[in-house]
Amino acid sequence: VRAPAPALPSAAQAALARLGGAAEYVAIPTLALVVSLVLFGMFVALSGKNPLDLYFYMYQGAFGTWFSWQNTLTRSAPLILAALCTALPAQLGMVIIGAEGALLIGALAATAAALALPAAPPLVVQSAMMIAGMAGGGLWIALAGGLRHYRGVNETIASLLLVYVALAVLNQLVEGPMRDPTSLNKPSTREIGAANMIGSIPGTDIHWGFAFGIIAAVLAYVLIYHTVFGFAARVAGGNIRAAKVVGLAVGRLILVTCFLAGAAAGLAGMVEVAAVQGRANANLAVGYGFTGILVSFLARHNPLAIIPVAILLGGIGASGGLLQRRLGLPDASVLVLQGIIFVTVLASESLYGRFRLFAGRA
Amino acid sequence: MADAIGLWGVPLAVLGGAVRVSTPFLFVSLGECITERSGRINLGLEGTLVMGAMCAYGTSYLTGSPWLGVLAAGAVGAVLGGLHATICGLPRVNDIAVGIALMLLGTGLAFYLGKPLIEPSAPILPSIELGWWSEVPQVRAVLKINALFLIGTALAPLLVWGLRSTRWGLILRTAGESADAARAMGYSVNAIRLRATMVGGFLSGIGGSFLSLVYPGNWNEGLSSGQGITAVALVIFARWNPMYCFWASLLFGGAAALGPALQSVGVSQGYYLFNAAPYILTLLIMIVTCSPKRTLIGAPAELSIIK
Repeated sequence: VRAPAPALPSAAQAALARLGGAAEYVAIPTLALVVSLVLFGMFVALSGKNPLDLYFYMYQGAFGTWFSWQNTLTRSAPLILAALCTALPAQLGMVIIGAEGALLIGALAATAAALALPAAPPLVVQSAMMIAGMAGGGLWIALAGGLRHYRGVNETIASLLLVYVALAVLNQLVEGPMRDPTSLNKPSTREIGAANMIGSIPGTDIHWGFAFGIIAAVLAYVLIYHTVFGFAARVAGGNIRAAKVVGLAVGRLILVTCFLAGAAAGLAGMVEVAAVQGRANANLAVGYGFTGILVSFLARHNPLAIIPVAILLGGIGASGGLLQRRLGLPDASVLVLQGIIFVTVLASESLYGRFRLFAGRA
Repeated sequence: MADAIGLWGVPLAVLGGAVRVSTPFLFVSLGECITERSGRINLGLEGTLVMGAMCAYGTSYLTGSPWLGVLAAGAVGAVLGGLHATICGLPRVNDIAVGIALMLLGTGLAFYLGKPLIEPSAPILPSIELGWWSEVPQVRAVLKINALFLIGTALAPLLVWGLRSTRWGLILRTAGESADAARAMGYSVNAIRLRATMVGGFLSGIGGSFLSLVYPGNWNEGLSSGQGITAVALVIFARWNPMYCFWASLLFGGAAALGPALQSVGVSQGYYLFNAAPYILTLLIMIVTCSPKRTLIGAPAELSIIK
């Protein structure tokens, strides 16, 4: 029989419990990531490649050099913004997976804004692009939210269907009314012009979109955890009936949140046009929106956690090229790894609360 | 001949398209119907469809037998369904999220493993010519029907009967309406849903084999663009009734055939927008038939998207 441990003062105990909880939110996803990497290594070993080479080149391609760091951070910019498109509505208990559609519509709107202002100074054009991109993407996801609220249409399915509609709209406009007649092999819009490109953060090759992503994530964090609006949204997400009883305007919460979510993805589209492509064409649909879903789930829909997770996933994406060149792996290997991570992370949900280590009672 | 029937070619082509294009919708929606009646939604069928298409093509190429390909596609679908059900069986795991994950994993795996299959051409499934009596080539094209479509057509009423009148159907529906009731009867809800999701995956895999072995009849990475998810939405529209799934699939097949049909008579304006017709139609139908006020008629009470 042991003597009972000296009781901690209750405040310290609460703090410890919170710390333990936070550690759990870091430890379990990390464990899931490690398991995924092992599984992926086994998968690649099946096709006769050495898993150790795989890990080495992944590290090399993602974080090994300053060049790969820049590549990684550049790729993480649209991922942060697209992940916010899933994370914000998730506070309301909604599963939105249509970031890819909002990204494309945002890119189209931004391009249209730039082409409509041929003589304006760059700062005006860039601001117009940003507003148009965010408005376009915002309205696109607000549509899914509105369908949910006013018609009871499942938002997950609706937002995914809207991705395919957005893709059709992009193809139609790029092949038709907005087509640059000189773009023969790859139908595209006219270029927005070198002067209107947003350029890189000084001293790096990382474009300003990365800064936009960080700012948007921090703003989203403040909105969710430190404003009345965010509190109301989380109440509604926890129990919609309770939210209605206390008189919250659930419809407005849904529409505004979905608009902001779509605006983030639309901004990602604007950034891809104004910092990478310089014009709108099918190259925009490379799946940042879909990877964003994974980023948001992996970060447990916490906007601040989205930043490191997006950098990690951006790194995996950045290493894809090196894996292709050095190991001869298909470009889809990145998709396979993402899928394995997603499945493992969801399976790891059942581990929360199982470990006494994290319960705060040391 | 093509000039002789002129614009009549459009409704004919849409009709032919309805038969041709509807088959993947039909198989996926029947499979998802079974899964959802057991009380779980599998959004990952988009991935299953693509994976099925790849496996069917690969198997047909390696063995020379397209029917073995169909079987392989079904088997892979069942494995993916089993994975979905196993993970969803863990505590506190959300079935919608797992579906999204498997959608990404299935597509990724199919692209990865299917890379060497883009070049070679595999033997595809034969069609049954029911249009021998007609001189008009368009009519013949419409009546060129594939065996998979006929199997799917026969399967729909069979499933209606099976769900309504067999012991298995009753157990399945009990799990979908009230997990507690099924448990009280001594059945394991997870085991029932595992089987239902595996059967659903099997049928979806076969739906995928149609894409690569019949129409369009090759393997590439753009083969499926949302047919799987459209079919999942279609089940809601069809009120979880396999026979309605059949009619809805024909409707969607017709909508999907509209763009190519118009293009074949020289209307190329808005081609891409017409290609989006099935998605827009799905959205419109969901807008008209869903309601925020009441639960949907015929919806399994345990379904997460209903609660």
